[in-house]
Amino acid sequence: MTVEIRTQSVKPLRQTFGHIARRFGDKPASRYQEGTYDLQTETNRHYKPLWDPERDIYDTRRTAVTMRDWYALKDPRQFYYGSYTIARAKQQEALDRQMEFAEKRALLRALPEAARQAIVFTLVPLRHYEWGANTNQCLVAAYGWGTALTQAAMLGAMDRLGMAQHLSRIGLLVDGNSGESLAGAKQHWVAHADWQPLRREVERSFVVRDPIEALVAQCLVADGLVYPLFYQQYDAWMARRHGVGLATVLDHLTRWHDETAKWVDAVVKTIVAESPENRELVQGWVDRWRTAFTGALAPLAEASMGEDGAAALAAVNTALGQRLVKLGLAS
Amino acid sequence: MSHSEQPVFIALQANHDTLPIVDAIRADNPLAVVHEYPAMVKIDAPGHLVVRRESVEERLGRPFDLRELQINLVSLAGELDETDDEFTLQWKAA
Repeated sequence: MTVEIRTQSVKPLRQTFGHIARRFGDKPASRYQEGTYDLQTETNRHYKPLWDPERDIYDTRRTAVTMRDWYALKDPRQFYYGSYTIARAKQQEALDRQMEFAEKRALLRALPEAARQAIVFTLVPLRHYEWGANTNQCLVAAYGWGTALTQAAMLGAMDRLGMAQHLSRIGLLVDGNSGESLAGAKQHWVAHADWQPLRREVERSFVVRDPIEALVAQCLVADGLVYPLFYQQYDAWMARRHGVGLATVLDHLTRWHDETAKWVDAVVKTIVAESPENRELVQGWVDRWRTAFTGALAPLAEASMGEDGAAALAAVNTALGQRLVKLGLAS
Repeated sequence: MSHSEQPVFIALQANHDTLPIVDAIRADNPLAVVHEYPAMVKIDAPGHLVVRRESVEERLGRPFDLRELQINLVSLAGELDETDDEFTLQWKAA
């Protein structure tokens, strides 16, 4: 049985904005498309930036990478402000329930003293690493070209603050809200010998001026090592010794990293596929920063996991190599 | 058991949330015809129509549960078979 529906329908003259229709045709566009494509100004600027008068405020020359269309760097998660805040709000609700559970059951507070100190030494200082990542992603957003890239970079920069806050909350779960763990973790970050190599590389990354190099160094290489090393390898190592209490609060970090990796991989893969020159540039950056960060993480891997540390770091580095191959780079 | 070529259809509300679903249906069902009405999209297909979770996820950019379809579902015709990966309408008997 077919139903015939008689309707008087008024078709709109235009289904979307002109600049979107020129890209995708005159059909209804998604909110991500309308909130991203060709949003950044490209012409008619009033003055050169005082802080860089040789270039424009938005200038493709700030990176050595070249793209015919910078909007090819589409975010596969399709995050624009609306969908991003809704997604993060949902995740925050789930996270708060996890934290409440951990708090009620004293999952971290009731751990033996040595384990609590290990968490303050190994995990809580990473809140400073997250602050560094926020700084680097802000640079990508500031000096990158095109809303597709800069929007996602800025949303990611906000995420890093969220991760830093989460690590702080872990510290507070350990020290029963006294805040001692935060002061202690900062001391480790600033003064403990095992942390200085990582801190040095983070601070070196601050002087990178090429926004794509910053993206590769921070989001692909550094995060691609730090997250699996601490939130999977170290998490499993601790679980074997102290049960899965810690895992309940580290789950959030791993989930976020997996979601963000989809964006990072899509952007890097597209840049690398664009031209052999791009590929060579990105490969050079990957090689340089991979050497730097694997070296910097070695003392921390050993300090946190003893004789299992080196193997854990090697496993994480191998996995990064496999990921790089999928992006069109050398392992 | 032979399969009928009688039309099956699915009708969804026409809003931003169904854009990726309709797109996925278009891509996975080459014989499907999309009719646009005010506030509704009706998709007819001969004998068989499938909504694939993976195809929707590709276009949506996030994990998708096929049951989310129900939020914007207006009507359908056909024998329904639901799995985690596919929502299928067809007429099984001749």
